[in-house]
Amino acid sequence: MRIVGPIIAVCALAGIAWLGTGPLSLYTLFGVIIPYCAFAAFVVGFIIRILNWGRSAVPFRIPTTAGQEKSLPWIKQNKLDNPSSKAGVVGRMALEVLFFRSLFRNASTEKTEDGIAIGSAKWLWLFALIFHWSMLIIVLRHFRLFLDPIPAWITALEGLDGMFQIGLPVIYLTDLGIVAGITFLFIRRVVVPRIRYISQTIDYFPLVLLFGIALAGIIMRYFTKVDMSAVKELTLGLVRFTPQATVTEPIFYIHIFLVCCLLVYFPWSKLMHAGGIFLSPTRNMANNSRAVRHVNPWNYEVKKHTYEEYENENWEKMQALGLPLDYEHVKEEEPPAEAEAGAAEGAPEAANTEDSEG
Amino acid sequence: MKKTGIIAFVVIFCALALLPFAANAISPKAPLELDYNTPAIKSLEEHKCIESTEFMRSSHMQLLDSWRNDVVRNGDIVYTATDGTKYEKSLDDSCLTCHSNPEEFCDKCHSYEGVNPYCWDCHDSFGLWRQNESNEALYQDFLASVEGGQE
Amino acid sequence: MAKLPNRTEMLDFDFSLPPEGWMDTKTEFKDGMFCHAVKPEKLETVGMPNAHKWSASDEDWGLPENWKEIILQGMADRLEKYRSFKLFMDVCVRCGACADKCHFYMGTGDPKNMPVLRAELLRSVYKRYFTRAGRMFGSLVGARDLTEDVIKEWWYYFYQCTECRRCSAFCPYGIDQAEITIMGRELLNLLGLNTDWIAGPVENCYMRGNHVGLTPPAILDNVEFMMDDLETVTGHHFEPSFNRKGAEILLVCPSGDLFAEPGTFTFMGYIMLLEHLGLDYTLSTYASEGGNFGFFTSNEMAKRLNSKIYAEAERLGVKWILGGECGHMWRLMQQYMDTWNGPADFLEQPVSPITGTVFENAASTKMVHMVEFTADLIYNKKIKLDPSRNDDWVVTFHDSCNTARGMGILEEPRYIIKNVCNHFYEMPDETIREKTLCCGSGSGLNAGENMELRMRGGFPRAEAVRSVVDRFGVNMVANICAIDRAAMPALMDYWNPGVGIVGTHELVGNALVLDENDHRTMNLRQEELPSARKEKEIADAVAAVNGPENGEGGAA
Repeated sequence: MRIVGPIIAVCALAGIAWLGTGPLSLYTLFGVIIPYCAFAAFVVGFIIRILNWGRSAVPFRIPTTAGQEKSLPWIKQNKLDNPSSKAGVVGRMALEVLFFRSLFRNASTEKTEDGIAIGSAKWLWLFALIFHWSMLIIVLRHFRLFLDPIPAWITALEGLDGMFQIGLPVIYLTDLGIVAGITFLFIRRVVVPRIRYISQTIDYFPLVLLFGIALAGIIMRYFTKVDMSAVKELTLGLVRFTPQATVTEPIFYIHIFLVCCLLVYFPWSKLMHAGGIFLSPTRNMANNSRAVRHVNPWNYEVKKHTYEEYENENWEKMQALGLPLDYEHVKEEEPPAEAEAGAAEGAPEAANTEDSEG
Repeated sequence: MKKTGIIAFVVIFCALALLPFAANAISPKAPLELDYNTPAIKSLEEHKCIESTEFMRSSHMQLLDSWRNDVVRNGDIVYTATDGTKYEKSLDDSCLTCHSNPEEFCDKCHSYEGVNPYCWDCHDSFGLWRQNESNEALYQDFLASVEGGQE
Repeated sequence: MAKLPNRTEMLDFDFSLPPEGWMDTKTEFKDGMFCHAVKPEKLETVGMPNAHKWSASDEDWGLPENWKEIILQGMADRLEKYRSFKLFMDVCVRCGACADKCHFYMGTGDPKNMPVLRAELLRSVYKRYFTRAGRMFGSLVGARDLTEDVIKEWWYYFYQCTECRRCSAFCPYGIDQAEITIMGRELLNLLGLNTDWIAGPVENCYMRGNHVGLTPPAILDNVEFMMDDLETVTGHHFEPSFNRKGAEILLVCPSGDLFAEPGTFTFMGYIMLLEHLGLDYTLSTYASEGGNFGFFTSNEMAKRLNSKIYAEAERLGVKWILGGECGHMWRLMQQYMDTWNGPADFLEQPVSPITGTVFENAASTKMVHMVEFTADLIYNKKIKLDPSRNDDWVVTFHDSCNTARGMGILEEPRYIIKNVCNHFYEMPDETIREKTLCCGSGSGLNAGENMELRMRGGFPRAEAVRSVVDRFGVNMVANICAIDRAAMPALMDYWNPGVGIVGTHELVGNALVLDENDHRTMNLRQEELPSARKEKEIADAVAAVNGPENGEGGAA
């Protein structure tokens, strides 16, 4: 059900778009109203999530260090895997975001009869990279539909993407890439027992949805065809706030309806890893907390067992040992009073200690 | 990331998301208007291409691609349309006879949609080549030979 | 205590998975895999909430009536306080890159020991109560209700994580299971659900200054005993000072180094070195612990225990602090101490009095790692070393999780070891440096009653050691961590009998040439040195050649 469910769901969504634009001809709804709403939901949702994360404090400087730290001048620092400066952090983040540096470390562990075998495993990294880069280039390519005149960089990008000039219309490498990527990621979840075990419905759904989008796009471009000038009139109209849905092919509406679903789903799902990675405290902080003090915005005073108390409790022993003493000995019959403070109240400990502070 | 970083991130995200809107607001262009009517088309009794307008719009690229392969690779130069009419499989001699304004008819639309066909990579120089009379004669011989060969 | 399975029984598992999903698998508390429940007195002493008597094998854990409210409020607070927590709850895509990186998963095959699922144990509750999708769609989006069984599951599995951060090094978003375990344990501690093995040292450290509960006389006795041993070995008598005001440097060590072998040998190494250099340093009986089991309890408890170090440095009026070899201690010195209890503006930027090197990387915290200090000495040729004294040992180096992935001290110890040993070999690349495998006993799991868990968790590390035992004849694992020194001898005895554990400064102590008359016959363990053995062999051979007939009489 975890696997079939998402497939049914995406088929149903595609069915809705087909029903709405085939038999019912609700072109304005599917071509104008829903896209506007979905885009707004995406932008607003994305911002809310970022601000929401941003509202939480970063109390400590906790980079995961993955190389030699900055130390003595003659020891070579690994500036990208263990940065100590802002520039280093930018470099580390760039490697993470653009090339999935951490995933590149991936290895696979197998249990043998009497041991463990750790081997290289770069497939996940490779296909994840293919998928994400294809996705990015495809999104950028689509800007040709939203700009007139079309900037040269988009034309160049398209040329590059179709550089092998196979087929007509020319087959984009990224179309192959995204399908290969999604297929790999999906099959991996189904076939590798360990990954299947950890996978949930919400892990399959985005893959199926993206596959649906890519499939509809590919069908539209290479097989059933649409009236491109009508498409561009609509897309350009959308960004110029003068939309006119004159496209009539349902496949086009299936494509953009699934995209709209993705846009709405995106901010509230795990897909927000796209924004989240930039905020990850184990990656986006410099490992310099011994050189530069990091301030915790909610740092509060805590109850301590002071030297004075310690000396007093051990006074006789310390005197007998000839250890230097700072204070007059105060004899007490009971152990120090903090022992029972707040213990039975059941309140979070922070509250306890704040009460007993000073 | 500090508060300023968060704000900067959100601002950059908004800017990227709204870029297409902004770009169009800055340089709005008039909607695309095409002038199909060349003197040759005007002189036609029926304004009709070799196939239906819908088909030509969506599939002209595949038609031309198959024509090219037929002519160059197989020497097959005759196209029989759905209505039975025969045409020469030639961009220059069939299409451009009526659509004599490729800058208007082809390029405007292609550049509007961001399509970059590589037709003119050859056909520009081919047209120039044919302007020389002896070359044109050579070409006609070629056509005759493939037609003859077919029969 | 549960009987420890033998090697074959221990390895009789594979990575196969149960047919039913993890949410439907009830936690089975296996003897030998968890620690004793905390005794309430220990929590009461330090003022931790909801201290009560309970046991993990009980059906009823005696949770307070409003336990659910406490947990959910605790989560809400921490989601505000820690961006790491909130973000890591949200962004996991379950790609599974972390799944087989955890030493507990590798050693148990228990799917809930995959970091991704260990995180899901908490994430599922987060989704249910803190996200709209979870409230609306429940298990469809991986959410589940918070029940007492969930609390038990948390307790079982958050105390099967050593906060080693290995998963975090492989995660494409840097999700750190250590952070999630830390949050999980904080939440459990709101209900009084600590382990006795963690709460005991916390109480000791809070009241008596160190985890093992050494009183001032016990500390001084132990040190005197060690100094006597050092005199036997080196012929030199050393008298380190305690609580001495006006010293230049405060030396803070993990208390394990004062307490038991082989840590004590490491301590001897520190003292020999510092005394030999004539450094103006002192130790403290009050701040007699660098380690911090508070960190395995809650952030606040960790801060309370840690506060002694700066307080004592200020009271004694030292200029800077030198820290001994300890893993989690150093993660805290690097990433937490200054934030918790700083700024330490009563101290000065550390400068090595011997080489004049300014430790710029410690400009704010003012605390230098012993291996940084010693590496600098060796680089500047300020000490004379005789590595042949360690020639009986074929050494490999085990990076501690915390110094590797919470600091990045990788080269300094290697540099030292290469200078004080003649036989050094690295374990496989996938098992060292930032990919180092845990000893299996970190983060307060080095108890006795969970020995099976420790042996399982340490199995991948032991396997890596075995590979260099087989290839190079390694017989000694060097480290810079007190938990390693305390826990790994048992691990090696179990998996690789005959392989010993040594602190890096014990190796330094052995190799350190104190003066031209420093002709030792024993190492710090009072085992015969190879050179002494050779001399004896030569003497014997000479005697044999000379023979009985022309032995004594022959010379005449």
